[in-house]
Amino acid sequence: MAVILEFEKPIADLEMKISEMESLSDNVDISPELEGLKKKLEQMREEIYSNLTPWQKVQLARHPDRPRSLDYIERMAVGFVELHGDRLFGDDHAIVGGFGKIEHKEFMIISQQKGKDTKSHVYRNFGMPNPEGYRKALRLMNMAAKFGRPILTLIDTPGAYPGIGAEERGQAEAIARNLLVMSRLPVPIICVIIGEGASGGALGIGVGDRLLMMENTWYSVIAPESCSSILWRSWEFKEKAASALKLTADDLMKFDVIDGIIKEPVGGANRDYVLAAKNVKEAVMKELETLEQMPVQEMLNARIEKYSKMGRWGEMK
Amino acid sequence: MNWFQRTKDRISEGTEKKELPNVWTKCDNCGEILYKKDLEKNLYVCLKCSYHFRVFAKTYLQIILDPKTFKPIDKNMIAVDPLEFTDTKKYSDRIKTTVSKTGLKDAVHTGYGKIHGRPIAIAVMDFGFIGGSMGSVVGEKISRIADGALEHKLPFIIVSASGGARMMEGALSLMQMAKTSAKLALLHEAGLPFISLLTDPTTGGVTASFAMLGDVILAEPGALIGFAGPRVVKEATGKDLPEGFQRAEFLLEHGFVDLIVNRKELKDTLSRLLVFFEKNTDTNFDINQINSN
Repeated sequence: MAVILEFEKPIADLEMKISEMESLSDNVDISPELEGLKKKLEQMREEIYSNLTPWQKVQLARHPDRPRSLDYIERMAVGFVELHGDRLFGDDHAIVGGFGKIEHKEFMIISQQKGKDTKSHVYRNFGMPNPEGYRKALRLMNMAAKFGRPILTLIDTPGAYPGIGAEERGQAEAIARNLLVMSRLPVPIICVIIGEGASGGALGIGVGDRLLMMENTWYSVIAPESCSSILWRSWEFKEKAASALKLTADDLMKFDVIDGIIKEPVGGANRDYVLAAKNVKEAVMKELETLEQMPVQEMLNARIEKYSKMGRWGEMK
Repeated sequence: MNWFQRTKDRISEGTEKKELPNVWTKCDNCGEILYKKDLEKNLYVCLKCSYHFRVFAKTYLQIILDPKTFKPIDKNMIAVDPLEFTDTKKYSDRIKTTVSKTGLKDAVHTGYGKIHGRPIAIAVMDFGFIGGSMGSVVGEKISRIADGALEHKLPFIIVSASGGARMMEGALSLMQMAKTSAKLALLHEAGLPFISLLTDPTTGGVTASFAMLGDVILAEPGALIGFAGPRVVKEATGKDLPEGFQRAEFLLEHGFVDLIVNRKELKDTLSRLLVFFEKNTDTNFDINQINSN
């Protein structure tokens, strides 16, 4: 049974009504009414999904039915071989890494993986990587550079894990190292936010030549709930915080933080995995094509230049 | 009549301190009463227990650099409010109040100076400015001084003190982590040394970017250093935190800090490192060439 979010209730109700009528229509001809309702449903979907508030987008980004990174990898890549471990401490299940062929190109793919049920949530630590996850990612990205393969990262995390062990093993160092190395790896790096992009945990696999966001995802320095709890001293203001943080793809396009927005199926990626994956694949291949035409040095200079410009500041007279 | 009614207005938290004439102060750690002049002469290190008081960025510049050698740059760079962010207060008002209260323009000083005659590029953060948080100004100033270090072949030192990235600039703050780390990658490729000093506290996005990327990472005794703050870790795990968790000594034990340095030995230690690291640096660079702006 699909999960229905609060703001999707009118749509779900109408869908229910239509399917009830369809089951009746064997006996009575009600096709004109049915047509009318279907049209109304289309309009309602269009109306609701094209006017989502930032908080509603956060909810869609966290939708329990939303495709996870492996759902994309399965539909985008062939011959995917998963590689495990950081060679230092262990294998982190919140980060998946390996190579696969997307269209005609071999990619190193690094992704954050959430679960779908209690058991897999725990196994994936709710998509919250430990330092060994970032170090596995680093090892595999260095491998990609060695063999001249482009890197694709799929970002979906509520944050790097704030655990005791994570601190003991240098969560901050692991993330920092990735930022430094990713800013210079001599192969194209394309990053896509497919769900949640929470702070340093997302950035730890999110530095590259291109950063794309799917339509119903969020990216910010802090989750709206945590922001609410720190600045308003209460969890109640998460919706306000979501708006204030300017965390949607449209906002971040305006601030030049991201390079493009990937369309989702109407109602969100959870409605149609195949179409969602197709859209991601096309966007990634288009970016790769541009990047592959650049000489490596030029691409690296452009990467540095891109980050050099990030931010907004002023001068006091 | 309510027996438990408080008759005095309220108990002030600062009574004990206020009772001391202001030439005296009390150590936050051991409670020793200290003569302020002595404490200052001792670089704000408790004479009894060696507790390191938090000090302003300006104080670090005085401690580290040769007298009158600091050449600040980008002195007038200030935060704008790109997100038009409002929580209980407008971010633009918060900036104004903080600027007038602290006399600082933002949470970092950057510029050039000398340590025992050797030219260096330096950035020193100040925790007093919105918790030393890194927004666009901190990121940009650190990036520009890193560019300067690269251009003039100078060693680069950052003194960190920060609660992390600045929430009120959203993803733009986050991007400063990537930006500063990218600049350090360029210094690394040029074989130029970067020394990171972690002071109390260094957490969040600052730790997860430049602060942890030093060729050598120094820390002051007792400094709180971490990715997530201790309160967050406790809430997330529901566990009691181990003794000394996230203190400088804990990081040293776990292999994430090279050396813990007493503030009184800081300058000499830095000087010693500069000698070892001098290979690709221009030790004769004349910092008077720099136009302070």
